[in-house]
Amino acid sequence: MQVPSHVEYERATSVEHALELLARFGPESRVLAGGHSLIPMMKLRLAQPETLIDINGISGLSRIAMEGDELRIGALVRHAQLLDSALAGEHFPVLHDAERVIADPIVRNWGTIGGSLCQADPSEDLSAVFGAIRATAVIQGRDGARAVPVREFHLGPYETVVAPDELLTELRVPIRPGGGSAYEKVARRVGDWSVAAAGAVIWLDPASGTPTVSEAGIGLAAVGAGHFVAEEAEDFLRGQPVSDEMFARAGQIAAEHCTPSADQRGPADYKRHLTGELTTRALRRAAARACGQEA
Amino acid sequence: MEITMTVNGAEYTRDVEPRMLLIHFLRDELELTGSHWGCDTSNCGACVIWLDGAPLKSCTALAAMAGGRDIRTVEGLERDGELDVVQQGFIACHGLQCGFCTPGMMMTARWLLDRIPDPADAEIREAISGQICRCTGYENIVRSVRWAAAHSRGAAGPDGSGAHEVTV
Ligand SMILES: Cc1cc2nc3c(=O)[nH]c(=O)nc-3n(C[C@H](O)[C@H](O)[C@H](O)COP(=O)(O)OP(=O)(O)OC[C@H]3O[C@@H](n4cnc5c(N)ncnc54)[C@H](O)[C@@H]3O)c2cc1C
Ligand code: FES
Ligand code: FES
Repeated sequence: MQVPSHVEYERATSVEHALELLARFGPESRVLAGGHSLIPMMKLRLAQPETLIDINGISGLSRIAMEGDELRIGALVRHAQLLDSALAGEHFPVLHDAERVIADPIVRNWGTIGGSLCQADPSEDLSAVFGAIRATAVIQGRDGARAVPVREFHLGPYETVVAPDELLTELRVPIRPGGGSAYEKVARRVGDWSVAAAGAVIWLDPASGTPTVSEAGIGLAAVGAGHFVAEEAEDFLRGQPVSDEMFARAGQIAAEHCTPSADQRGPADYKRHLTGELTTRALRRAAARACGQEA
Repeated sequence: MEITMTVNGAEYTRDVEPRMLLIHFLRDELELTGSHWGCDTSNCGACVIWLDGAPLKSCTALAAMAGGRDIRTVEGLERDGELDVVQQGFIACHGLQCGFCTPGMMMTARWLLDRIPDPADAEIREAISGQICRCTGYENIVRSVRWAAAHSRGAAGPDGSGAHEVTV
């Protein structure tokens, strides 16, 4: 029987209160959101915080809303809530594609968006998604808030720029018309972590006959892509005409630049192959959606 | 630390270690052993209960997190001595063999039917996809949930229209 080791428990009632508790209990304290990564880690003694600061009671962090030309997603929004959000799905189908294949419906009831990003597991699907769509993370400290692009958020496996006395409060995603997005994941079985996954967002310039790619974002999970994105493939795509051949080449470039490692989910060359194929498929589907050809 | 929570309509207060998992609290402190504990990896779903109305794998939450909140377990499915239609469905369609996965399966099924009274097979399978049954091959579980949907008040019109044809 695996159970966490001794720990103290505190409840935060507001963001300010959480920050105060984090300061009081110091770097050995940890934020507890859905607990669906932290509690399993505590059972395995991979995490042994002295104090847990439960933020589930903080109101105001569970909102999904449009503000100006930004989609804003609170850190305490649950996976299930994001999957149910018509607003999120309308602007970024990639969010719904990904949420449908993250864990299972029961886990999705409690795991949070903020927890996913802060966990910084190399296989975290939402890190790839928010990287692809160039979201910005809002991080609150006692001296105020700072905004960090998700592409600069992760420092490495299980490590982010969020300091021990700070709280991630929100994700902001800029909205631009004329885009499409999609997520493709291969897992060993339903509800499991990715063997490999790719998310793509694409904006088209329809000016002349064949539309060209005006901007693209590609996120990769579980394959050791720097900051969960495939920048070289994005650079290649900009300005290219939309065609299956271009998407296949972008997939190849993404595969060449990622650094998967072999583990129980598969050998490195298989993951590299999947990266190319899934990137290509995600781009094709994103482009079809941008052209209004697929819901 | 002292925690108070409502479980199946009754209020309980206990003094617990903050590290205690909710599943162990329910089973060992409240002696509500209907919910099962089947794994250490949050994968099996034998421990599924409702926390504030939404299914939760209670092995992946601390009892402390449930303080002040409302819990429903498999013991809370029956009302006034009458089994919930989901429980009746599992009996009618042999939805269990050893019964280990059953409490979690039924809590998820009840939740599904509250949201989608007449689910398609694919929706039933999706709903229970985070739960493992080593006996039934799932087929009879899906059948049981379908039976429950068809026999729920409101699922069928007065003349029986709207109800699925269910073979038991
Ligand atoms: C069975 C199972 C299958 C899963 N499958 C997948 C999958 O396929 N794909 C996938 O991407 N994920 C998967 N997950 C992980 C799931 O998405 C988790 O819910 C998520 O990773 C963490 O969210 P949480 O709210 O539970 O975070 P917690 O476990 O509460 O926290 C995780 C970490 O983030 C920190 N933290 C949390 N919130 C904040 C905040 N607002 N500010 C600062 N720090 C914070 C915590 O201190 C902790 O270090 C799975 C989990 C389980 C149990
Ligand atoms: S005991 Fe909770 S998922 Fe297995
Ligand atoms: S009935 Fe035995 S595990 Fe499901």
